Amino acid sequence: MVPAFPCRRRNNFMSDPTPQPSIVSLRNVSKVYRRGMQSLVVLESISFDIVKGEFLALMGPSGSGKSTLLNLIAGIDTVDGGTISVDGIDIATLSESDLARWRSAHVGFIFQFYNLIPVLTAFENVELPLLLTSLSRKERKEHVETALLVVGLADRMEHYPSQLSGGQQQRVAIARAIVTDPTIIVADEPTGDLDRVSAQEILDLLDRLNADSGKTIIMVTHDPRAAEKAHVIRHLDKGELQDVHP
Amino acid sequence: MFILKLLVKNALRHRLRTLLTIMGITIALLSFGLLRTVVTAWYAGVNASSANRLVTRNSISLVFSLPVSYTERIKKVEGIKGISYASWFGGIYINEKNFFPNFAIEPSSYFDQYPEFVLPADQKKAFINDRKGCVAGRRLAERYGWKIGDNITLKGTIYPGNWEFVLRGIYEGADKSTDEGQFFFHWNYLNETLRKTVPRRADQAGVFIISVKNPQVAAETSLAVDALFKNSLAETLTETEKAFQLSFVSMTEAIVIAIQIVSFVVIFIIMAVVANTMAMTARERIGEYAIFKAMGFRSWHIAGIIFGESLCITMAGCILGSALTYPVAWKFGQVMERFFPIFHVDNNTLLLDLLFSLLIGIVAAVFPAWRAINIKIADGLRRIG
Ligand SMILES: Nc1ncnc2c1ncn2[C@@H]1O[C@H](COP(=O)(O)OP(=O)(O)OP(=O)(O)O)[C@@H](O)[C@H]1O
Ligand SMILES: [Mg+2]
Repeated sequence: MVPAFPCRRRNNFMSDPTPQPSIVSLRNVSKVYRRGMQSLVVLESISFDIVKGEFLALMGPSGSGKSTLLNLIAGIDTVDGGTISVDGIDIATLSESDLARWRSAHVGFIFQFYNLIPVLTAFENVELPLLLTSLSRKERKEHVETALLVVGLADRMEHYPSQLSGGQQQRVAIARAIVTDPTIIVADEPTGDLDRVSAQEILDLLDRLNADSGKTIIMVTHDPRAAEKAHVIRHLDKGELQDVHP
Repeated sequence: MFILKLLVKNALRHRLRTLLTIMGITIALLSFGLLRTVVTAWYAGVNASSANRLVTRNSISLVFSLPVSYTERIKKVEGIKGISYASWFGGIYINEKNFFPNFAIEPSSYFDQYPEFVLPADQKKAFINDRKGCVAGRRLAERYGWKIGDNITLKGTIYPGNWEFVLRGIYEGADKSTDEGQFFFHWNYLNETLRKTVPRRADQAGVFIISVKNPQVAAETSLAVDALFKNSLAETLTETEKAFQLSFVSMTEAIVIAIQIVSFVVIFIIMAVVANTMAMTARERIGEYAIFKAMGFRSWHIAGIIFGESLCITMAGCILGSALTYPVAWKFGQVMERFFPIFHVDNNTLLLDLLFSLLIGIVAAVFPAWRAINIKIADGLRRIG
């Protein structure tokens, strides 16, 4: 993948005169949870764009709908109104099976609790998403090794999650997210369960992936330190988008 | 390969739980196999009966006998190939514990009606020529260590006194379903003594065994035989050997049915147990399944993982249970030899073990798989942490 941003340009990012190609675009997205007679509006008329190579931080108080929004963009939840298109595809129109196929090709997931499969080694965990591709065993091995090398765990391939620290597990999870070379990486509080040092390592890693490989990253976080790494910070409150802080 | 490894590793995640479940299946299949074998053993006499044979007995009851003079008259009935006769002797060898069926038979014709009792020609000749000769089944001879030429004494119960015999032949069964535990001696030997001691009991036979040329006309032949002795002092009842054997078994039919029901209840119970195990397992892993789905794995992948794990467990139980059925049934058969002369695990039992294991594995996985497939990814992810 060609890096969209060859150098760090955080400060002039939004003031760049040439319009950047937008990779994710949300238009009037709303999400409502219904429970019996009650309906809870979680997201209301959200519209914004994410440009290719952007590192976006979604912030906001607990319950403001950050995870919900992230899930919608990642295609694991469906909108109740509006459209979301990713790389030109309106994902709301995809059937469930097409959506699954789309996710496997275009989305890399990073979760707060790493969510590795405990009975599989680091190598096997990273290999998992590649099982859905047509890659040969040998090719898969190469991809997995590269991904683990990128996150600095080449020497821990045969370790099980229980034999790794939280920070290391999250790095395996990042390797799993990038091994398929997805269009976007979504991360829901990736440092939420880590101590400061490990959290910093994870943020540096995400930053590096964004800067060096031009990965588009959408990260939900509570941590201002984490948000600092982002180009763009968007605040959600009670389901509504606040001002953009570049 | 990857998937198989995942299935096995998943199954071994809760070692104790899985082990106990496998043990449960093993024991269930073992009980099922044994109970089925008991039922088969119960019907061994019925199953071993030949469609070519008829049995004629006193129409009042088996307790009453018939005059042997009937032989000549029956022989003349259309469609009859051969005839012999026998009396239940009910002798005891040393003490009551050593029960085995023993009969006084007409030596020259009896084995012709029972081709499944294989007796070497020289032994048969020796038996016929010795008034005090007797023939025992191979298993019976093995049990008491009898060799040809040995003297064997039976204590009479119906016919008092000690009766001495010389073992002249050991028959073998033509196949596994043949009872190798019977004992035969000369009807004449018994009769001569009776003539001297209780003449009114002499010249009588318990049953006539008739071979017919064509089993299709067995019913007509039976009627023809019985018609011969209609309104005589001792009327006869002729039926196929199968019906004759069934009349013994039918007395205990309720027990057999109960055993059969229990054998299926056992399977049903273990099905519930395995289903519970799988439900627990899947509930714990709902979050993991959500991750799989988020990564793009499809419902059938998830279902495959759950069904695969369930089948891994039930198949392990199946292999152990089926394998253990043989030695356990063998030991059981030895202990229960007195009651079940034929105690063999039917090959169908293995097939049923396999079918039930598959069924248990599938049924147990249906609900967890359904749940895992239907849960929304976002909801599944929310369960983690
Ligand atoms: N399946 C659901 N059914 C009903 N309400 C839901 C469901 N999922 C989420 N919600 C509600 O939607 C709102 C937003 O939830 P969401 O998880 O997106 O918040 P969040 O901003 O990620 O919070 P946090 O920072 O605590 O993770 C909450 O009020 C939550 O209770
Ligand atoms: Mg959240």
